[in-house]
Amino acid sequence: MDLTLLGWGDAGWGDEMIFGAMMTLAVAASAYALGIVIGTGFAAMKLSRLWVLHLVADIYTTVVRGIPELLIIYLVFFGGGAVLRTVAKGVFGYGEFIDLPLFITGMLCIGVSAGAYATEVIRGAVLAVPAGQIEAAQAIGMKKSRRFWRILVPQVARYALPGLGNVWQLTLKETSLISVIGLVEIMRQAVVGSGSTKEPFTFYITAFVLYLGLASISNRGFLRAESWANRGVRTS
Amino acid sequence: MDWDLIEESWPVLVAAIPDTVALATSSLALGFVLAIGIAVLRLSENRIAWAFAYGYVYIFRSTPLLVQLFLIYYGSGQFRPFFEDMGLWVFLREPWFCAILALTLNTAAYTSEIIRGGIQSVPWGQLEAARACGMSGSLLFRRIVFPIAIRQALPGYGNEIILMVKATSLASTITLLEVTGEAKKIIAATWSPVEVFIIAGAIYLTINFIVTRAVLWTEIKLSPQLYRDRPSWFARLKGGVQGPVQAINDQVH
Repeated sequence: MDLTLLGWGDAGWGDEMIFGAMMTLAVAASAYALGIVIGTGFAAMKLSRLWVLHLVADIYTTVVRGIPELLIIYLVFFGGGAVLRTVAKGVFGYGEFIDLPLFITGMLCIGVSAGAYATEVIRGAVLAVPAGQIEAAQAIGMKKSRRFWRILVPQVARYALPGLGNVWQLTLKETSLISVIGLVEIMRQAVVGSGSTKEPFTFYITAFVLYLGLASISNRGFLRAESWANRGVRTS
Repeated sequence: MDWDLIEESWPVLVAAIPDTVALATSSLALGFVLAIGIAVLRLSENRIAWAFAYGYVYIFRSTPLLVQLFLIYYGSGQFRPFFEDMGLWVFLREPWFCAILALTLNTAAYTSEIIRGGIQSVPWGQLEAARACGMSGSLLFRRIVFPIAIRQALPGYGNEIILMVKATSLASTITLLEVTGEAKKIIAATWSPVEVFIIAGAIYLTINFIVTRAVLWTEIKLSPQLYRDRPSWFARLKGGVQGPVQAINDQVH
């Protein structure tokens, strides 16, 4: 194992791997944000009384959680451009060849998958808020929007935090799959590096350590956030 | 929608199902055995054993399966002479072996936590009562710990099975042609992702549907008392009949 390969600068791959890690973080963070937005929307649909909305949300979570992410990535990667071109031509009359940027493709795929898991977490968190609290808020005359922001949101955030931490870990690991479409994050950089140096172990163990580091650091962050969110909760 | 393509690729993808199922079942079975060992280490009083199990679980759960898979399949190539001397190269050059090895090591980490959770969920009073009756050792485990733990762990393990069925798709990245591998090949050749996605997606959904039904059926078999008043599917469709959870709550209050 030749560790000088991992040096900084033109000769080494160390800086490339670090840039890869930044790209992984960027994709994971934006996909996570997208996932939480999607998850909130679909959780609201699952909790609504309209059965159509409920059905749509059920289909979304069942399908996305039941199909391999890799398959979803292939669908969006090979099919996303075609949809974009059809829309561009039909709506804007733009006939040139365009394609979805890799970053957007990756963010969409991972975000859609994270959204399905976030849906269940957020739905569970909403159901965990005791009904009596909403009733009490109604009793003292709070309006619907005020009930939502003052009573529901703070508590849902607290209940959802551990589950959303798991979704983050899942999202971070799933970004490695984006390497198959060529976005240069940790995994892709490791594939390129091992291809040109013929030292695959060196590169994949580096990738392994980088993921371990990212997961450990963010895990700590979530644990801190949890203890911060629970600072006012009485524990026996 | 290209119906001809669907008609053409349907049998190809269906023919790949045994590969997907073989990958999932073999690594789940091997992983389960390994997981029991890790869970035992994790619950042991010995600090070294505990630290080993903790480290194993932590490392495998914090890194992507794809990295683990590439590390084993491609990474081992860097030490080929060494593995040839050891006589292990005949295994490590096989994508099948590497895929099952990576999936097994990965699922063992998750499963050991599920088993540990199940064992730790056994109420202390039950163990005390069993000891008071004179049970100990394997009899206590067989009659008290195991039956309670398995009921507690089953739903979590059902999720793990589904995650593993999905995880087998990664084997396509190391040249194995299971369902996702075949699907990718057809997509890349025909550039019609939607049709292929629908078939392959339907295959995975069907497998996972069967898995969830089988797990639910086992749960009902193991705890029939919780499901005795469970209404039929038709009765629930008509509405107004309570499910098992409400039934239990009603009994408690």
